Amino acid sequence: MHKILEKRQLSYDKERDQSVFYYKVDAPEIARNRKAGQFIIFQIDDNYGERIPLTIADANPKEGWIAIVFQTVGATTRRFSMTFNEGDNIPVLVGPLGKPTHIEKKDGLVLCVGGGIGIAPLHPIVQANHAIGNKVVTIIGARTKDLLFFEDEMRAASDELIVVTDDGSYGRKAVVTVPLTEICEKEKVSEIVSIGPAIMMKFCVAAAKPFGVPITTSLNTIMIDGTGMCGCCRVSVGGETKFVCVDGPEFDGYKVDFDNMMQRMTAFKDKEREADHKCRVGLDAGKAGA
Amino acid sequence: MSEHKTTEMLQEEAAKLFAEIEAKKAAGTKLTPKDRTSIPLQEMPSQEPTVRAHNMSEVALGYTETQARLESERCIQCGGAPCKNGCPVGVPIPEFIKHIQEGDFKGAVDTIKQTNLLPAICGRVCPQENQCQKFCTVGKMMKAPEKAVAIGRLERFVADWERSHDQITVPTPAPETGKKVAVIGSGPAGLTVAADIRRAGHSVTVFEAFQKTGGVMVYGIPEFRLPKELVAKEVDNLKKMGVEFKTSFLVGRTQTLEQLLDEGGYDAAFIGTGAGLPKFMHIEGENLIGVFSANEYLTRSNLMKAYDREHSDTPLYDAKRVAVFGGGNVAMDGARTALRLGAEKVYCVYRRTRAEMPARIEEVAHAFEEGVDFHFLENPTKFIGDDKGRLIGVELLTYELGEPDASGRRRPVAIPGTEHVLDIDAAVIALGNDSNPLMAQTTKGLNVTKWGNIIVDENQKTSIPRVWAGGDIVLGAATVILAMGEGRRAAASMNEYLAGK
Repeated sequence: MHKILEKRQLSYDKERDQSVFYYKVDAPEIARNRKAGQFIIFQIDDNYGERIPLTIADANPKEGWIAIVFQTVGATTRRFSMTFNEGDNIPVLVGPLGKPTHIEKKDGLVLCVGGGIGIAPLHPIVQANHAIGNKVVTIIGARTKDLLFFEDEMRAASDELIVVTDDGSYGRKAVVTVPLTEICEKEKVSEIVSIGPAIMMKFCVAAAKPFGVPITTSLNTIMIDGTGMCGCCRVSVGGETKFVCVDGPEFDGYKVDFDNMMQRMTAFKDKEREADHKCRVGLDAGKAGA
Repeated sequence: MSEHKTTEMLQEEAAKLFAEIEAKKAAGTKLTPKDRTSIPLQEMPSQEPTVRAHNMSEVALGYTETQARLESERCIQCGGAPCKNGCPVGVPIPEFIKHIQEGDFKGAVDTIKQTNLLPAICGRVCPQENQCQKFCTVGKMMKAPEKAVAIGRLERFVADWERSHDQITVPTPAPETGKKVAVIGSGPAGLTVAADIRRAGHSVTVFEAFQKTGGVMVYGIPEFRLPKELVAKEVDNLKKMGVEFKTSFLVGRTQTLEQLLDEGGYDAAFIGTGAGLPKFMHIEGENLIGVFSANEYLTRSNLMKAYDREHSDTPLYDAKRVAVFGGGNVAMDGARTALRLGAEKVYCVYRRTRAEMPARIEEVAHAFEEGVDFHFLENPTKFIGDDKGRLIGVELLTYELGEPDASGRRRPVAIPGTEHVLDIDAAVIALGNDSNPLMAQTTKGLNVTKWGNIIVDENQKTSIPRVWAGGDIVLGAATVILAMGEGRRAAASMNEYLAGK
């Protein structure tokens, strides 16, 4: 059992009726061993709940907690955000899973690019690079101002922070690849780390290519066990089948077959819509009854 | 296909014969071996095939008391007990059967439990035809190994009798020694080790990565073959003995084995993490939507309970035409699960023939009865998808059997130019598992083979001091009973080590 120590809503997307939540969770064993880039899997019910992977957004080994950040995109995340509050226990939480990010001292700068919910998993990587003395420039982007979060946290761990929005409602009006290209033109970039929607990572890879800068991407495929047992999360990397849960979640962006990955992520789309619909109908009925 | 006999019909037949035998015994006549072998092999009552193919309840219903008594009388107590030598854990088979002949079911189950702690499970999933029953003298006398005494069914009967009559006795552990043992993995090997070590008075913690205990018995073997309630009961018995279970704890990541041994205060550890890394075929189209490893397909349905559509949050992939690739127990589980999840057509594609299938005979027979369409001597060359990346078919090549290979089975040889397409919308690949590499990756000095199996000595000791291993992580994908056999050997060696420490 893992107690929720703090719960905050980080953003709300009116257009899609989706929120982003931050939960600080008591998990001393995970906090102690986790490294940047690793993730956890949680369930809100140990019998019938689905297993949801989330990258660890922050952790404090001394105080024994980790932070997770998630978007309410489906039935489970919605129910989680609505029914689990400070003081409640998360029944299933396992981790840290996956291989940690490879962090090493670089000559040039490390350019960290996070889009939307991808800003959360990027945060520990920015912190870890900063901690070993790399020069870190961070770009965070979202469709609109209300969807941005972690601006202060990212600023604190970066040498420079660039904020962009698609609609120009905050920061610069641009997509993340625009400043990415500008920086690669001006400065010596040793590595790019890009985390966000698959399509954004795919474009970041295309933007980085002319400069020949190594680019690491973190993949968020569908998973069940998260320990290498089922192969549900597999992606094609450099023509070989890799498991995101144990071989990743981070891979050389140039080698990832993003098109296949995006297709595979639609495997259960119709089911998710159905479940989400059922879930919301249920909640509305509940409210009406009260 | 022969007519399906209901439990009532089987019971009626058995009762008549059993009454005759009782009368004979009452008259003081001893049963001759010929009397015994003339008793027909008692058929296992089962759900009617067309009904059971659409529900998740157990297929085999278990002998009635009369059937069990009658079947036990088929054992001639031949003396040499060749059956016992065929058992990986050496269950005293003639002795337990004698108890059944005498109507002492509790005595029978206690006799089994001297060497096998999980008879309700083994009675259901052991490949008896290749173990105890293969060596049975009755089968030999009748020159029909399939007519051997039904040892597995009798084992199941007494274990079920004990449970349903609330007669389970939990062993009392020896006085506390103060020693601590970590068991990694709660599958058949881990549970066996936990029981044997706890009995010796050491404290035991079992670490399980999943949210539920039981390993492959929970995520892999379906409910209709092994009810999860039985596995939970066995774990409960271990808890009553004082074994502690930590679920959602992935040793290697949550804590490394070194951390457990050096800082966690564990005096010894057993690795029983199983063979959890699915094999794929590395052919075109394998990453299309709709192509699943058997592990994923079965885990969704079993562990995550996706078959219970009303309650489970884990989705299932809707498929009308499912092909399962492979000829083992897992392939049979996959094919029969597909039927139960609503597929209209289920194929099993296997590159050899029925005779070479490694699955238990009973599972193959059940799959046939339930309507699985077997495509023998065929093997896939590529998967075919539509423009959205969804599976719509598989290209198969026809094979013939050539000379025997190293395993003694005739080698399948492709016949060039025989490519043909089977229309399917889901594929389940059940070609076995490699070893999960996590323990080797995160444990310094742990020696493994090139296939990733942990190397152990004759006492199941690994290359690291204080660490033993057993089950599929050592054997490669094998069976529940072999894993238990390894667990027993490891536990004996660990207990010896802890006693001398």
